[in-house]
Amino acid sequence: MDNPIVWLAITFAFYYVAGLLRKRTGWVVLNPILITIIVIICLLKLSDVTYDTYQEGGKYIEFWLKPAIVALGVPLYKHLNSIKEHFIPIFLSQLAGSLVGIVSVAAIADVLGATNEVIISLAPKSVTTPIAIEISSTLGGIPSLTAAVVVPVGILGAVLGYKTMELARLKDDISKGLSMGTASHAVGTAASMEINPIHGAYATLGLILNGILTSLFAPFVLRIMGYL
Amino acid sequence: MGTILQLAIIFACLAVGEAVVMLTGIKFPSSIIGMLLLCTLLKLGVVKYEKIKGVANTLISNMGFFFIPPGIAIMLYFDIIKAQFFPIITAAFISTIIVIVVTGWVYQLSNRKKNG
Repeated sequence: MDNPIVWLAITFAFYYVAGLLRKRTGWVVLNPILITIIVIICLLKLSDVTYDTYQEGGKYIEFWLKPAIVALGVPLYKHLNSIKEHFIPIFLSQLAGSLVGIVSVAAIADVLGATNEVIISLAPKSVTTPIAIEISSTLGGIPSLTAAVVVPVGILGAVLGYKTMELARLKDDISKGLSMGTASHAVGTAASMEINPIHGAYATLGLILNGILTSLFAPFVLRIMGYL
Repeated sequence: MGTILQLAIIFACLAVGEAVVMLTGIKFPSSIIGMLLLCTLLKLGVVKYEKIKGVANTLISNMGFFFIPPGIAIMLYFDIIKAQFFPIITAAFISTIIVIVVTGWVYQLSNRKKNG
């Protein structure tokens, strides 16, 4: 079990099976990313294999994170006209969503006694994982803790997002999509895509824009709040 | 050869992003610079949307898979999480709900103002 290729094969296989399971059952909680991470951690612990051994193969999967973020430039280009048309409301809502996301998570965690390292790791929690990991590591957080929080945040948005928006009386299609993408990144985007493709398109936009804005604001906001 | 060329374009954008970060020393993800560059090249018509969308969609739709290894690294930090479980979970939960509501409201209010 010390062979990294075996673990690569296991990773591919479980992710595929978990994806099938979600399709069959339709349960959002059966997030393939979450399931695969949990199963592999259990397997590593049971077979006494270290993370370093796993990562010898795992680094080849992780390598594709950065090019995948670059590829988001393509849907961003697709939405340029629509962004221009609704520029002010989209910009204002993203600005508010990004700032409120960083400030609220940091303030609540601080009040409840989290350490600075943990607060920094939580700050980018609404942003899609690859971007969140980069923000966390450039600012001195714990990237894996960030990754571990981002997925549940996404699932939370996917499960409770539409109920929350109904209670908050959000009716506009664009605002619903933007909210899901801004708060719950790719997982929220997938959920809105299933409900309405227009929601899905704007969720993608929210996911991209919040990624950019949070990368820009997180260092300043965290410095002003005294965590950096 | 199409796939190779598309990947070459994506990696070239990323390489420029890495170079910018290295030369300026700014604390900003190189991949986001690459993303903005790719978008600019599409807008300028240097890169064609029809040609790059295939590889781009493949990368984007599998983005979740690529982060499984960094996610598994959580097993190295179980102690920190156990010690601060309550603040981490509570802050993430409340903040997510706040972001959904605030983003949506700000959009609806500012859009109404513009139209009204």
